[in-house]
Amino acid sequence: MRTIRLGAGAGYSGDRIEPAVELAEKGKLDYLVFECLAERTIALAQAARLKDPNAGFDPLLEARMKAVLPACRANGVRIVTNMGAANPISAARATTAIAQQLGLRGLKIAAVTGDDVLGDLKNSDRHLDNGFTVDGLGNRIASANAYLGGASIAQALRDGADVVITGRAADPSLFLGPLIHEFDWAMDDWPLLGRGILVGHLLECAGQVTGGYFADPGYKDVKDLARLGFPIGEVREDGDLIVTKVAGSGGRVTAATVKEQLLYEIHDPARYFQPDVVADFSRVQVEEIGEDRVHVIGASGTPKTGELKVSVGYIDSYVGEGQISYAGPGALERGRLAIEIVRERLALSGVETSELRSDLIGSNALHGENLSLGCQPYEVRVRVIGRTETLAQARRIGEEVETLYTNGPAGGGGAWKSAREVVAVASTLIPEADVRTAVQYFEA
Amino acid sequence: MKLRDIAHSRTGDKGNTSNVSLIAYDPNDYDVLCTYATIDRVKQLFDGIVNGEVTRYELPGIGALNFVMTEALGGGVTRSLAIDAHGKSLSSALLNMDLPDDLRSGSNE
Repeated sequence: MRTIRLGAGAGYSGDRIEPAVELAEKGKLDYLVFECLAERTIALAQAARLKDPNAGFDPLLEARMKAVLPACRANGVRIVTNMGAANPISAARATTAIAQQLGLRGLKIAAVTGDDVLGDLKNSDRHLDNGFTVDGLGNRIASANAYLGGASIAQALRDGADVVITGRAADPSLFLGPLIHEFDWAMDDWPLLGRGILVGHLLECAGQVTGGYFADPGYKDVKDLARLGFPIGEVREDGDLIVTKVAGSGGRVTAATVKEQLLYEIHDPARYFQPDVVADFSRVQVEEIGEDRVHVIGASGTPKTGELKVSVGYIDSYVGEGQISYAGPGALERGRLAIEIVRERLALSGVETSELRSDLIGSNALHGENLSLGCQPYEVRVRVIGRTETLAQARRIGEEVETLYTNGPAGGGGAWKSAREVVAVASTLIPEADVRTAVQYFEA
Repeated sequence: MKLRDIAHSRTGDKGNTSNVSLIAYDPNDYDVLCTYATIDRVKQLFDGIVNGEVTRYELPGIGALNFVMTEALGGGVTRSLAIDAHGKSLSSALLNMDLPDDLRSGSNE
């Protein structure tokens, strides 16, 4: 039975680049996949595109392509990525230009479009999961992108693309697309599609399945995290999967690393909703069959819902924040006093916040008062953060923390402040039939 | 004895919902997880953090539980004012949950 090898070259937009080069050079891959698009990234990218029609794709696209294209071309590795963000066409043009600079004549680059449904959705009264309707957001709406499945990616590969660049696609679809193409999987073979989703789900966060985000000294030790290797999935025609990595790279692939990633961001394991299938991971089994080799079986799937999730980015509010540190005996008490003063100052000077939060970093910032009860830290860092209607009001919060230097408790140091616009994301569902995907090709 | 002695954990986020896995190092300890990591104890642990429902999914095939907690991320990752907006560190709080000390003989530690 035929097997193909998929590597994950990035688990988020800012991820390390060297492990992807290592995979392209030594991974004996058929495909190298880069997942680089977080929930709200596309809303920020859309704003960049409004300012410059050639912008709005991943800021590291050019650096990544320059780094991996030569080895990918030499070794016959095809690339699939969602680095197109809000502008897959411009991302494909930029990649074409890089391929030309590198002398990679004839390299074929595909851009998948159709995920941007802002035009269709803008004036609809469709409900969002945050309680608003789309038209209720008015001109605060920044983006609306549907999560595409694997079919357009498979189409681009069938048409001979060496590089496929999408905007918003469901993360596992980036891996499912090549599997559909290579093995000619039917789009209604739900168990197979479910297995393909498991492949994508386990690989999409790159280092998170090879020992990254896992180490806990004395309990879960991982060697050489500074040289962490990214994962390779060996996938058989029947969806059978082995997770491994390049020999000699840092990290480890064990039953435990695979199980942690298996449940990462999963709700009901029997019903993982995806554009092409509802995947079922509830009966998955995981077995170590060699050093850094883990065999994964038992995934399945049931028919897709016919609806696609749409992420809607919108300008939600403004947030202002200030921090300052206290140390030594009484640090906690001085930190508490500092917070009281800032709260009173904000009230006295008429700063209106819809939400105001204060933390003592080092004591209760992560899990609140209950879980941190009874612990006395040597130092604390006061953090006051609030949500406002305007940027000017947001700035006032950090300013009131900063004035603690000369007006607050003794020994405050290292004050810091920030104010920013908050682009938030809400979601809704639309019929799959309302989304029209297209593929455009470019050649170096 | 703590859950950390027999299990590991990872947190994931989607909107305002957090999921925290709890995975036995030794599949034989799966029953211990089921007995002691109950929905009620997890709710109590995250009192003040989780404002919604806690659901527990059981995965005996890999010796794991998956806790799904709604209204757990300060209104949602993209607008939360929390320092750990994703709730990534919640897994460490779960592993700090107490277990009876006399369970130790049955564990792999």
